[in-house]
Amino acid sequence: MIATRQLTKRFGSVVAVDGIDLDVGEGDIYGFLGANGSGKTTTVRMLLGLVLATSGDIHVLGAPMPEAAATVLPRVGALVESPAAYGHLSGRANLTLLDAAGAGGDRRSRRRRVDTVLEQVGLAAVGRRPVRAYSLGMRQRLGLAAALLRTPRLLVLDEPTNGLDPQGIRETRELLVELHRRGSTIFLSSHLLAEVEQLCTRVGVLDRGRLVIQDELARLQAPTGRTVVRTPDVGVAQALLDGRSERYGADRLLVRGVDAAALNAELVAGGVRVRELGPERRTLEQVVLAATDPERPGYGAA
Amino acid sequence: MILVELRKLVRRPRTWVAIALLDALPTLVAVLLAVTDLAPRPGTGPAFLSAVLSDGSLFPLAALGIVLPLFLPVAVAIVAGEAVAGEAQAGTLRYLLLRPVGRTHLLVAKLVSVVAFVVLTVLVVAATGYVTGALLLGDQPLATTTSVSGTALTQTELAQRTALAIGYVMFSMLGVAAVALFCSTLTDTPLTAALGALALLIASTLLLTLDAADALAPYLPTRYWLAFVDLFRDPILWRDLLRGVLQQGIYVVVFLGAAWANFTTKDITS
Repeated sequence: MIATRQLTKRFGSVVAVDGIDLDVGEGDIYGFLGANGSGKTTTVRMLLGLVLATSGDIHVLGAPMPEAAATVLPRVGALVESPAAYGHLSGRANLTLLDAAGAGGDRRSRRRRVDTVLEQVGLAAVGRRPVRAYSLGMRQRLGLAAALLRTPRLLVLDEPTNGLDPQGIRETRELLVELHRRGSTIFLSSHLLAEVEQLCTRVGVLDRGRLVIQDELARLQAPTGRTVVRTPDVGVAQALLDGRSERYGADRLLVRGVDAAALNAELVAGGVRVRELGPERRTLEQVVLAATDPERPGYGAA
Repeated sequence: MILVELRKLVRRPRTWVAIALLDALPTLVAVLLAVTDLAPRPGTGPAFLSAVLSDGSLFPLAALGIVLPLFLPVAVAIVAGEAVAGEAQAGTLRYLLLRPVGRTHLLVAKLVSVVAFVVLTVLVVAATGYVTGALLLGDQPLATTTSVSGTALTQTELAQRTALAIGYVMFSMLGVAAVALFCSTLTDTPLTAALGALALLIASTLLLTLDAADALAPYLPTRYWLAFVDLFRDPILWRDLLRGVLQQGIYVVVFLGAAWANFTTKDITS
């Protein structure tokens, strides 16, 4: 759905995006992570033809961008940075104008499509109030509605839950899952690890313009080959395990090996009270921090 | 997209406020003249104003003469300066381009909407001028109107020449519109764009008063604006009118070309 090759953007002497090779497949929910200023938004803008790349190729929905923008963009719904609308008009009037502005929106179905998306994002009851009087969360929903207006095959969303309350965040997440189930591919740019961890199937991490990780979330979070043991008898257990473990926190041990059942039997036989036992998995936060900050050693030494 | 832009133009309260304000000044002048009966002496004050007390049918022209030097170009510069920069500032520019609206297409639509604003404003000012002129001024029923050269013009001639003058005033504003539109593609702040265009106009007006700048005069955008008065000479003095049309045409071509070249190759970071 999205493929870039050696995509680079310079602003003067600053390299904002440095030779990245994105690869987003059909049906992915792709989480595009990066700190503020890492080049996420510039990349999103290049994918959509707003910012012109210094070098490299972009293909979106199989066609080169920005050359094929006229045929690609009608099938893409996008929310770039903050949503935007004309403040003196109502949400409905804004969507109607926006749909009428570009080719591809059928005039006869416009009213129905506008009603449908307003319903989807929970703005159907707002009525004729001008957007000026909307709260930040309502504007965000309106922006999302605009992105959904043409039932896009690909959704490119930059920080879609920005400014929403917890309830709104959950509703948005459910909406995205529902859209994904109906066949949309979703490219979600965010700096919220938890959001990406809950929603995405595939993750790309941008650090100072470079793509440092791009992989399936499940593989990034695969078991590390160690087992976490939580016990009040840390000292006893360490003596028993004889160098196979290392202490981690006040009441935890990390033990090499994945056979939790055997380990449990061994510990219990040695008189160690076990509270919890399970395979060690890295959180997305650990994966991202390890990949992005050269100052920080790997997780094991933490 | 063009229809969408026109809809945005007429649904915007600001459009009507600008037109109402533009209209207020000539109307105030008409009321003052009618109440005091003190017209400027011939040869002083805005064009045609000295004659309107005896001949109200000239007031549409006088009204245009009043707004042309400053009010009308300011309004046009604000509307045209807002065209692209305003969308950029509001953030709606990126969503329009993502719709997608081609960049050239968007620029054309913006130009059409600016031209529509000019046409609408000039027509409203002229129409109000006609009404106030008929109601308040020059109640002597005249079969003929005296031209600037002192000969008589029939009512038909006057109507034709007034229509030509209205057209000429509209055309004179296109240069400002093109410059402001170009500025509008350079910046993300509508005010900067409008001020950029106004700076050119103020400079042009100032230079026209300097004898030392005579060599520049034919190239200054405000040089031929008041040439519409020449339509009311007998015979019509075409020289400045034609130069005015040609000059505005060149301004439009050059600055629209620059606006297009800049906008279609620009990174939209707003």
